[in-house]
Amino acid sequence: MERRAVGERARAEHRLLSGWGGQPRSMAEVVRPRCAHEVVDLLAAAEREQRGVLARGLGRSYGDAACNGGGIVLDMTGLDRLIGFDAESRCVTVEGGVSLDALISWAVPRGFFVPVTPGTRQVTVGGAVAADVHGKNHHHDGALGSWVRRLRLATPAGEACISPERDSAAFWATVGGMGLTGVVIEVTIELIPIESSLVRVDTERPEGLEECMRLMEEGDAGYRYSVAWLDCVRSGSSLGRAVLTRGDHATLAELSAAPGRSGGGSDPLGYRPRQLATVPFQAPVRLPSLPAVRAFNELWYRRAPRRRSGELQTIPAFFHPLDVLGEWHRLYGRAGFTQYQVVVPFGAEEVVREIIEVLLAGGFPSLFAVLKRFGGADPAPLSFPRPGWTLALDIPLGSAGLGAVLDRLDERIAGAGGRVYFAKDGRLRPDLVGAMYPRLGEWRAVRDRLDPGRVLSSDLGRRLHLLEEAA
Amino acid sequence: MNDATGMPQTAVVVGGTSEIALAVLDLLAARRLEQVLLASRDLEGLAAAAERVRRAGAREVATLRFDVTAAGDVETLVREATERLGTVDLVLVAAGDLGTADLAELGPERVLAMMATNAGGPAAAMIAFARVMAAQGFGRIVVLSSVAGLRVRRANFVYGAGKAALDGLALALGDAVAGDGVSVTVVRPGFVRTKMTAGMASAPLATDAPAVAAAVVAGMERGDEVVYVPPALRYLFGAVRLLPRAVFRRLPG
Repeated sequence: MERRAVGERARAEHRLLSGWGGQPRSMAEVVRPRCAHEVVDLLAAAEREQRGVLARGLGRSYGDAACNGGGIVLDMTGLDRLIGFDAESRCVTVEGGVSLDALISWAVPRGFFVPVTPGTRQVTVGGAVAADVHGKNHHHDGALGSWVRRLRLATPAGEACISPERDSAAFWATVGGMGLTGVVIEVTIELIPIESSLVRVDTERPEGLEECMRLMEEGDAGYRYSVAWLDCVRSGSSLGRAVLTRGDHATLAELSAAPGRSGGGSDPLGYRPRQLATVPFQAPVRLPSLPAVRAFNELWYRRAPRRRSGELQTIPAFFHPLDVLGEWHRLYGRAGFTQYQVVVPFGAEEVVREIIEVLLAGGFPSLFAVLKRFGGADPAPLSFPRPGWTLALDIPLGSAGLGAVLDRLDERIAGAGGRVYFAKDGRLRPDLVGAMYPRLGEWRAVRDRLDPGRVLSSDLGRRLHLLEEAA
Repeated sequence: MNDATGMPQTAVVVGGTSEIALAVLDLLAARRLEQVLLASRDLEGLAAAAERVRRAGAREVATLRFDVTAAGDVETLVREATERLGTVDLVLVAAGDLGTADLAELGPERVLAMMATNAGGPAAAMIAFARVMAAQGFGRIVVLSSVAGLRVRRANFVYGAGKAALDGLALALGDAVAGDGVSVTVVRPGFVRTKMTAGMASAPLATDAPAVAAAVVAGMERGDEVVYVPPALRYLFGAVRLLPRAVFRRLPG
């Protein structure tokens, strides 16, 4: 067999990579394999050359999870084939580089939807498994991992088919394992049936954080999807005033009952996602200044109805509102931004308020803030979701003092039994990872069995000492 | 690794007994700094410096007796750093010698030594580490320059000329390696009250090592390429640079 060095391959190029937040950045040798066989071959070559390898999808993790400075990054978007579909079990098998965008476009007209979608559909299925992504339905359906029926995983030793039944330890270490157990080359996932491509949405506008949390506690059980957008630049009693949107896929009966939609007409499963514009270049200055953030939040709040029920929204409008503007991260300029997403257990509601207050008092406005309730955790040792409140805040980087403020919040969150989401992270305190993810040791043992040569590596893994105990 | 807020986990200090460098390490150790390699000519000073960095919270501090003006020592430092630290996240270049501006004391040997300590040696170290960082795909070099290099004046003309050379080289090196994921931050303090300036009359807008350190760390967090300490010097020296020579040479000091 021909033994080529990684760097001698066609399509190998050096590229400066970052996550969606723009920081930190590192240079890696990017190779774009076109089939599973090539992935296995590349992993073996990397092991011979003693170089680290990491799979990268569409680069939507915010920090350094998909970066591998000085090493090899596999651009997985070349593995974009749909392998098969079993209508009876509703299970679709796709290659790891298939995007949720492509999968949704394929599934919706056939009457199916992905069981879990994050706030963007521009992620690969492999990346979604590695981050064990969640959506607005976590309280109802759990994270993506609980819908994955089978994985094909490439490691330097070869490839393996794993599932919750077959080598379940390897399966659950890979779900949420941030790409450090191997390369996900194929995913079999169960879809959910839908009758229409529209979502029936109820909107409410609670005037503060407590009211918002109370409404969610009381009512979330009645909805498949629930999420609250919070205004994090107002203090006092209107701190955390919110727009709470909840809903479920609309049935045919609901469609025909809706005004102006009587009978026949348009295709109930029609699906046409659109991108209206793309931010053409990086903003020369940091745009989200405090006045701009205040104005944006005011607009977003006022634009929402005080209370409305039964509104029909399209899938893109309800699930992926930000996808309408391509490359929107460029608005944050060169300094970039970080998304601080945390979960704290039920009962620690005061920590959610504290995070918002501390950031506001420190002068670090959050343009976007999202709150939702998580249901039960899945068996993956590094999976982020656990029962509790999850808060996600987009915070511009490039201000002195932000790091120290977030460090103190990390400690508060760890103390409350909560954790920070690796897929969003570029700056977590490494000494708190063990407290936030108490099953880290268990995960490391499985990881070392799958990749004893430690070929798989990432900037995130190195920064947080995920692969080895900090001395 | 450097995190999203620009905080390193490993650092090499060229001129490892510098008061400003140690004040920077105090702050970095409170954030992410874990491993440090201090290099200096001053063996005694190194032991005390290592103790201070350990107390500040770094878990692994090594020292290396090193002369920045010796090419072989620079090579040894780079080798030690890559072996000990795994990745070199930050190199802090703090070597320098204020020396003298007294012509009677400035024999050829003294002039060459001052130029080597202030410019040639730090340049060699910076470029050597820039190569390491380009290979690892990331890294930051912070260079302690001085406003004395912005317009060289008679009071410290050899030192100032050395800093002028270093400052220019560092800025352009930053441009040369930006595409490799490596960034260079040039720090331009004014008069800093340290052991190097002990006994000298304090200049206007004088500052101290902790203040310079705070500005350096803030600049790293912001991703600044040039940091003035205090910030007002940016405008003051913008004006000083434009002064006609006839006026400039009459300025006191």
